[in-house]
Amino acid sequence: MELKKRFWNEYQKEIADDHYFYARSCIRQSFNPGAEAMFLNIMKDNLHKDIIDEANQHTCTGIGYHTDIVPFYTTATIMARLFSLMTEAGYKNYVPSCVTSFGLYVEVLETWKHDPETLEKTREYLYKACKREFELPENIAHSSDIIYKFRNELKKQMKYQLINKHTGQPLRGVEHVGCHYAKVFPAFGEGGAEFPYVLAGLIESWGGEVIDYPERRHCCGFGFRNYLVLTNRSYSVSNTYKKLESMEPYQPDFILTNCPGCNMFLDRWQYTIAETQHKTYDAEGKGIPVLSHEELAALLLGYDPWKIGLQMHQVQCESLMDKIGIAYNPDEKYADINGNQLTPPDKPDFLKI
Amino acid sequence: MKDFGYSISKGRTLNYDNSDFSLKKTLEHDVVSYCRCIGCGACASTCSAAKFTDFSIFKCNMLFRNAKYDELEQELSKCMLCGKCTLVCPRGVNTRGMILEMRNLIEKNKNNNE
Ligand code: SF4
Ligand code: SF4
Repeated sequence: MELKKRFWNEYQKEIADDHYFYARSCIRQSFNPGAEAMFLNIMKDNLHKDIIDEANQHTCTGIGYHTDIVPFYTTATIMARLFSLMTEAGYKNYVPSCVTSFGLYVEVLETWKHDPETLEKTREYLYKACKREFELPENIAHSSDIIYKFRNELKKQMKYQLINKHTGQPLRGVEHVGCHYAKVFPAFGEGGAEFPYVLAGLIESWGGEVIDYPERRHCCGFGFRNYLVLTNRSYSVSNTYKKLESMEPYQPDFILTNCPGCNMFLDRWQYTIAETQHKTYDAEGKGIPVLSHEELAALLLGYDPWKIGLQMHQVQCESLMDKIGIAYNPDEKYADINGNQLTPPDKPDFLKI
Repeated sequence: MKDFGYSISKGRTLNYDNSDFSLKKTLEHDVVSYCRCIGCGACASTCSAAKFTDFSIFKCNMLFRNAKYDELEQELSKCMLCGKCTLVCPRGVNTRGMILEMRNLIEKNKNNNE
């Protein structure tokens, strides 16, 4: 037993309790801005935590770095500037919203740790560039780690559970953990690279059932450079296609992601596959809704789905909300902040919305 | 259908529930040396047919193992049965006999399914 305990210790990570510095995600705040707003709301209003959303923050360069456009020292220096904002604000616990960022922060921190000369060089570059200095974070945890840590506290406040109200059965969810969460540095992920539990833990705690399917740990298909060049997108969409084909027989009610990139691709490629192959992965031809950890938490806590920004997704989430029994007003779906109706987006040819 | 300027590759996922691997057992029985293949590719690199077409005996072997018989039938028709590959195989696989037997088995299988 003792040996088992020690062994599993390697698969658990320390997550700070309070006082977080939040680093936003370029993709998430462009495509699903409501998700980040919800994370901050949940942290402040539901969990009563101290979290700062610094106004002067900027990119981590992750996408540029992984497409070989931005070199290592540029990335390290830009990240150092973000750490300097954290130091200036008096925080020590760093919480990135993006899994790509999270993996890259860990990569830079580990490089600095194992090769201290690179840390000194980065300090020098940052000082020369903008006369700033920084401390290393004491704790780094992805925003899904934080939701995971407090999943049971959140459950107590939740209005809804992941239960199909028509059948009384648990809803069946596919969890997709971003590759950069733990595949690169397993010790930094909850459950390591082989058994990442960060999202499965949420589904199980909140009443749902996790689907285990053959391509569960396969990449979502983003692949950075595989997406940026138009003709390369074949690689990207083929990966997503493979995953969706593999999960189809298990008839998932929803897909849960923690990485904004995965969320975007598992969602948007369903449109591309529908339009080019005339194939959708649910019974009604609407696709499988893809939610992030913040969105799912907010939905179950009873936040207004349109404030969460679920209408920003390609695959619409009404089917899932109907199954859970979440009340929503369809007239407010495309209303602006003052209640004025905005022009609804064009409808796809094949994918039903 | 829309054209976005890129295509979707269907992948090579094997669905064990829908695949019939029984022919492999028969081949292993009929051409025993087939079991000795280590997939080195020497046969494919010496093949005359491969010089002029995109034929690969190595690929045939893989398609057979994966029970992709439709694709394989077309591939196998490119072999001239010259037997050059048999001479170079370091494992003494009767490659020529193997191809011939694969053709027979696929033909029989087709007739049975019709
Ligand atoms: S040369 Fe022989 S061992 Fe090598 S791949 Fe061909 S059949 Fe197999
Ligand atoms: S028998 Fe067929 S596979 Fe072998 S070398 Fe001749 S043409 Fe190629």
